[in-house]
Amino acid sequence: MSDANERRKFLKGLGLAAVSLGIGAVAEPPSVEAQAQPAAPPAMPAMPAATPTGASPYTYVFFNSTESAFVEAAVARLIPKDDLGPGALEAGVAYYIDGQLAGWYGEAGRWYWQGPWQQGTPQQGYQLPLKPSEVYRAAIPLVNDYTQKQFKADFADLSAAQQDTVLSGLEKGEIDLGRLPARTFFAFLLQNTKEGFFADPTYGGNAQMVGWKLIGYPGVQPGYSQIIEQYTTPFPLTYASIGSYTEDNPR
Amino acid sequence: MAKKLPAVDAVMVGVGWTGGILAAELTRAGVSVVGLERGPFRDSNIEFAFPHIRDELKYGIRFGLAQDVSRDTLTFRNAAEQTALPMRQLGSFLLGSGTGGAGAHWNGQTWRWTPYDFEILSQTRARYGQGAIDEDMQIQDWGVTYQQLEPFYDKFERTAGIGGKAGNLQGKIQPGGNPFEGARASEYPNPPMKRSQLGDLFQTATQGMGYHPFPGPSANMTQPYTNPDGQALGACMYCGHCERFGCDYNAKASPNNTVLPTALATGKFEVRHNANVVRVNMDSSGKRAVSVTYIDLLTGEEIEQPADMIFLTSFTFGNVKLLLVSKIGEVYDPVTNKGTVGRNYTYQLSAGAGGTLDDKDLKVFAGAGAESVVIDDFNGDHFDHTGLGFLHGGSISASSAGARPIQSNPGGAAWGSAWKRAAAQAYNHAVGIGAQVSSLPFRSNHLDLDPTYRDAYGLPLVRMTFDYRGNESKRSQYLTAITTKILTAMGAKNVVGRGLPEHYSIVPYQSTHNQGGAIMGMDPSTSVVNPYMQHHQVSNLFVVGASSFPHNSGFNPTGTVGAMTYRLADALIKRYLKNPGFLT
Ligand SMILES: Cc1cc2nc3c(=O)[nH]c(=O)nc-3n(C[C@H](O)[C@H](O)[C@H](O)COP(=O)(O)OP(=O)(O)OC[C@H]3O[C@@H](n4cnc5c(N)ncnc54)[C@H](O)[C@@H]3O)c2cc1C
Ligand code: SF4
Repeated sequence: MSDANERRKFLKGLGLAAVSLGIGAVAEPPSVEAQAQPAAPPAMPAMPAATPTGASPYTYVFFNSTESAFVEAAVARLIPKDDLGPGALEAGVAYYIDGQLAGWYGEAGRWYWQGPWQQGTPQQGYQLPLKPSEVYRAAIPLVNDYTQKQFKADFADLSAAQQDTVLSGLEKGEIDLGRLPARTFFAFLLQNTKEGFFADPTYGGNAQMVGWKLIGYPGVQPGYSQIIEQYTTPFPLTYASIGSYTEDNPR
Repeated sequence: MAKKLPAVDAVMVGVGWTGGILAAELTRAGVSVVGLERGPFRDSNIEFAFPHIRDELKYGIRFGLAQDVSRDTLTFRNAAEQTALPMRQLGSFLLGSGTGGAGAHWNGQTWRWTPYDFEILSQTRARYGQGAIDEDMQIQDWGVTYQQLEPFYDKFERTAGIGGKAGNLQGKIQPGGNPFEGARASEYPNPPMKRSQLGDLFQTATQGMGYHPFPGPSANMTQPYTNPDGQALGACMYCGHCERFGCDYNAKASPNNTVLPTALATGKFEVRHNANVVRVNMDSSGKRAVSVTYIDLLTGEEIEQPADMIFLTSFTFGNVKLLLVSKIGEVYDPVTNKGTVGRNYTYQLSAGAGGTLDDKDLKVFAGAGAESVVIDDFNGDHFDHTGLGFLHGGSISASSAGARPIQSNPGGAAWGSAWKRAAAQAYNHAVGIGAQVSSLPFRSNHLDLDPTYRDAYGLPLVRMTFDYRGNESKRSQYLTAITTKILTAMGAKNVVGRGLPEHYSIVPYQSTHNQGGAIMGMDPSTSVVNPYMQHHQVSNLFVVGASSFPHNSGFNPTGTVGAMTYRLADALIKRYLKNPGFLT
């Protein structure tokens, strides 16, 4: 079994935040979710509590098992766990993307969806008749078809080096996904991965604010009116999220 | 059949800064005003409350406060040879919607434009001769001078509690201010903002180079402030969440905490939210606007609202669209250069440089939308353009608006462990200084109606044809070179200049400074409105906002939008209400 596969099973069995970080605080009461999602149904599901005992792991609501395996493997390469600390997988980014695609982002209800459809210039922006959720749904099997032909395995079961090669082939548009531009799918995947790594933990990623801690972004602080002028005094980095102010148990 | 409501004195199509200012002034003069706003009602106490307003994903990335483009967007092409395609998701600009319009989620950099801007054609001819002006460049004098506008700049600055330092008080140059600005009658109502370390480095470097740095004028309150209308605002906490967000400290002046409560307190102002205006109706003479028709978005009902005075205050695209779909005036044709509606569309251009300051703890998360140190030495006609091959310029600034982690995308577009290391390293050490660059009107840049794509109400979308033309890349290169020098002088390493790309793109955010299309001027064959933003042919129709600006300066627009709107309100109250007709 490959590295990626190993890690995936391990995390699934035990509940993400509990295993990788030892503390659980990514849960949000439903009211917070409602606040965070202005648009109509389908609502983004609440992130189930990940307790220190790992009693209640996240259940994917948008991705099927093939898709979740792909996305977990992909985000783990896009932002890997390394000597600097947890990566996107450990931060719950696959859960973040699942929640986003199940919700109003996935449906892109605030994008313009009328035809006729026509490819334009790069300056004219996105012109595919596919919602973000449909891009993932269409692309993942196509990438797996490709890796099956090349390596006789699904993307999720490749070695890390092979996965990197495939991702970079998608990024450069060198891998032919037929009617779907590989670069477009890669751009969604990378953008959503970074979003999940740096967004408020209320959305299921950035667990324990690991993304913010990596770069030194203090998160949700009331203000910095003194800090702005204190050029030489280091800011005491006490990280906070939206949930830090709305939960019983801060941070 | 549309349901017809009883007539009111005045109707505002759109409730942002322009609609709000007019509503406040007119209602206090006893006029009854209805504001029709397509977006939802927002109670800032609830919607902008801490901590939920500090949600970068919801507001910064998914544009939670901006226009819903599933209902209305525009189509875009760089040139007439291309097929324009719809802007399917927001990008280049973030149009406002809901209470306060874009004023609810703006940054608050509040400028007076330079005296040169209002007399650009005659001053350019006088200094450089007609030969300096590109054949396709349609610059013109505005028909209103800086001096005429000055009292209204002052009025807007007091309403919005602008913090800054005067550079030219009644003709006397003041240390620490902008020596290039037009003469001001009085100081700003509030002191300047605190200066960040980045600003400090910029200040020292530009001073050393012989330039004239000063603190950028700001609508982020630098101290608690009560404006002349009695509206109280709190002090800015430099939380770094201005642009795209509402302010939880009530510290950022917006229509929501200034002019709208002032208008509502008179009891003569009613705002109807979720009301999308689809048409301006004219009488049979074609010389008088009688009503507007809107769709009540909660019921789907079509409703006609008659009014004596009709104000299009729906931002550039809304204003131009309503003129076009209501067939008021002649559509501009870039081939024949005839017609006026859609002419002189311009946008804010940019230049700048990026680098790293590895030995400094920049605390880039701290900041405010209008926190900046600026030099104006290369804006307008403040420097000699002889032989440069371009006109106008841009303001150059180091601004600390708060680097939020998704949007500032530390480490660039790449991925993997190398990216992660770069992101961790870069976040607090990456620096940029930028130039806000003017955009002059060219014959082929314009707005009209799209032949194919429609909005949710069956109306054609506005079609934008826009690209960088003429000498704009030269201007951008010139300013990029200067920003590169400054950043190097600030001690930055790995300095790279960022000029304009080859073509304008609708994809990345640049600015919501979209102007022109219903421009002001003295000549009805080349302008839609007179210098009071009153329609040249229809004296009770006013097309208000940056849609009336014949070109785009090297500064943000809203200070000038506010001043122009107050000037109109003053003329209405002092003259038009007593004797309706064309304002001269
Ligand atoms: C992110 C951002 C940052 C900005 N920062 C700055 C800055 O720092 N400095 C600066 O000077 N400017 C800035 N601006 C620009 C500034 O916000 C605008 O110049 C200003 O708000 C324009 O005011 P307005 O009244 O013309 O339009 P808006 O504020 O856009 O109001 C127009 C209103 O009309 C409504 N409307 C449109 N069409 C219809 C219709 N058919 N029926 C009914 N209602 C309609 C809209 O929903 C909107 O609420 C910024 C803008 C944005 C988006
Ligand atoms: S930076 Fe200041 S003005 Fe801007 S949102 Fe924060 S507190 Fe308000």
